[in-house]
Amino acid sequence: MIANYGYKDGSGDFFISIDTDKCIACEDKPCLEACPIKILEKFADDYDDEVVGVKEEHRKKIKYSCAECKPASGERNLACQKVCQPGAIEHSW
Amino acid sequence: MAEVKEYWRWKEYNWKNPDINWQDAAVITAGIDVGSVSSQAVIMCDGELYAFSNMRTGSDSPNSALNAINWAMADTGLTQKNIHFTVGTGYGRVNVPFADRAITEIACHARGANYMYGPTVRTILDMGGQDCKAIHCNEKGKVISFIMNDKCAAGTGRGMEVFANLLGVSIEEVGERSLQVDEEPGPVSSTCVVFAKTEATGLLRSGWSTEKVLAAYCSAMAHRVVSLLERIGMEEDFAITGGIAKNVGVVSRLEKELGVKALKTRHDTQIAGAIGGALFAKALVEKGKK
Amino acid sequence: MITAGIDVGNKITKALILKDGEILSRAQTPSGFVQKKAARDAFAEALKLAGLREADVAYTMATGAGRNEVTFAQGRITEVGAAARGAIKLYPEARTVIDVGAEEGRALKMDEAGKVIDFAINEKCAAGAGSFVESMSRALEVSLEEMGPLSLKAEKAVPMNAQCAVFAESEVVSLIHARIPKADIAKSIHKAMASRISSMVRRVGLQKEMVMLGGVARNEGFVQALEEDLELKLLIPADYPEYISALGAALAAAEKAGVK
Ligand code: SF4
Ligand code: SF4
Repeated sequence: MIANYGYKDGSGDFFISIDTDKCIACEDKPCLEACPIKILEKFADDYDDEVVGVKEEHRKKIKYSCAECKPASGERNLACQKVCQPGAIEHSW
Repeated sequence: MAEVKEYWRWKEYNWKNPDINWQDAAVITAGIDVGSVSSQAVIMCDGELYAFSNMRTGSDSPNSALNAINWAMADTGLTQKNIHFTVGTGYGRVNVPFADRAITEIACHARGANYMYGPTVRTILDMGGQDCKAIHCNEKGKVISFIMNDKCAAGTGRGMEVFANLLGVSIEEVGERSLQVDEEPGPVSSTCVVFAKTEATGLLRSGWSTEKVLAAYCSAMAHRVVSLLERIGMEEDFAITGGIAKNVGVVSRLEKELGVKALKTRHDTQIAGAIGGALFAKALVEKGKK
Repeated sequence: MITAGIDVGNKITKALILKDGEILSRAQTPSGFVQKKAARDAFAEALKLAGLREADVAYTMATGAGRNEVTFAQGRITEVGAAARGAIKLYPEARTVIDVGAEEGRALKMDEAGKVIDFAINEKCAAGAGSFVESMSRALEVSLEEMGPLSLKAEKAVPMNAQCAVFAESEVVSLIHARIPKADIAKSIHKAMASRISSMVRRVGLQKEMVMLGGVARNEGFVQALEEDLELKLLIPADYPEYISALGAALAAAEKAGVK
């Protein structure tokens, strides 16, 4: 399943999508620790698979939560994406 | 500032399937969907819709959940003891004290739509009072991808309500009146409800009719939803649930932009989540989860 | 040499007349639906205050969202360019500028010459701009001017969940029903918005000194919340924070006219 967390508002689309089929197979889930502000969490989804998702309290402000990883210019350093071996994490912005 | 009004006016009611006798059922399950505006309870006998209720959500979710299930069971002779498994879903799902498990409205909605519209449904758009979700599912009603937007009022019933208030048009009439234009105007350019209001005021001042402004807003809303659908991969068959399903102004423009027609159902579209919950409950009983 | 800067904002249009680096006059008028007229009116008013005629002005530079509507201006400059120029003129030590207007919020980083290195914008969502506080003041039934002073009297802030101006209005109404003091609600509103602005500032990097401009800089409740969030003191041209972009445009006009 591709789970899109985030939102769309007047200023744009801000979604982190997680491909849970890839995520299930990943044992360590290093993204949880890699994220400097710990916005990701591990949980058993509706089909009882252990997957990662964005914490509820960040879903409506993800553009702000992830701001530090996305400087206005210069290199983006998306820690979550970098450590994700199976390539399960995508950002829409 | 007015009180938070509910978006679509609808009647609270309950329903019972006269062709089913629950005493004959092997597995009786329930799904309770506690939304921010309305709550539904569905009871299924061996995976067939037996009874349901559709009510307003009160200020406290546990009570709303209890009222909903009690009203669904009214005049059936059923009691909660007869129900093998109950799933809570919706925004207030963690506040259903008697539920055996909570499951997200996304998964429940997909499963419920699969039951209501049949296994050919692949894309479900649910536009509620305070959120908008799009779900892509397989023939079994399992979610393939989903997207949900509950941050922004644009594209929700609430945004439409703000507009209806601004123009002094009752919310039920918005759809019809937006179709009473000689020529379809371009969509309102601001997505943000706050800025769209300012834009609409300017349009009215420059001589646009109320209908034309409504048309421009409905088309902006349709356009916005289409972009959400594109993100998850729009595939037919397509179904729309939630309050906006009743707004012809948005639905017709949406269908036009997508080039597809939405499926119809004989069921009340508001109970999709609760049906899905009851079906999940049945599967869990069969898996021996209780 | 006399030059003019005209800043056509989404809500308010500002005009400023500059003579050899000194501000002669400034005037503002609501932008309304015909921005060209607003620009004319504000310019005429500023000229009148300065006791000048249009012919006395060597160069007129327009900026702001509606700058293209100012057909009588000789030149145009972006909002970030104008804000940076105006800010560095007043505060040569400034490196970061935060500009929050009615419909947009902006943060920019610049070098010692006022050249913009980087910028981030929050636009098209009322939750990230002055309109947010305005909507909330209506829900609170407090005038916009009172929001700041009220917020300074707060004892504590409560978390606000809604990230949308429309949904936040309902949240404010329920906070009132829950008998949370209005001062605390005002503070919570400012805090919520400050956190959105500060994350934008973080995207350009926290670089001292920081200047805050734009109409929202007049709201001391918001300024306090933003200072708490950023953990530093902001430099604010308190008398006329909304005119700094017009000032920057007039300065740019002087440069242009100088080389002409
Ligand atoms: S982009 Fe940065 S802040 Fe956002 S989830 Fe990834 S690691 Fe965390
Ligand atoms: S764009 Fe407007 S309606 Fe959407 S979240 Fe922002 S303030 Fe709310």
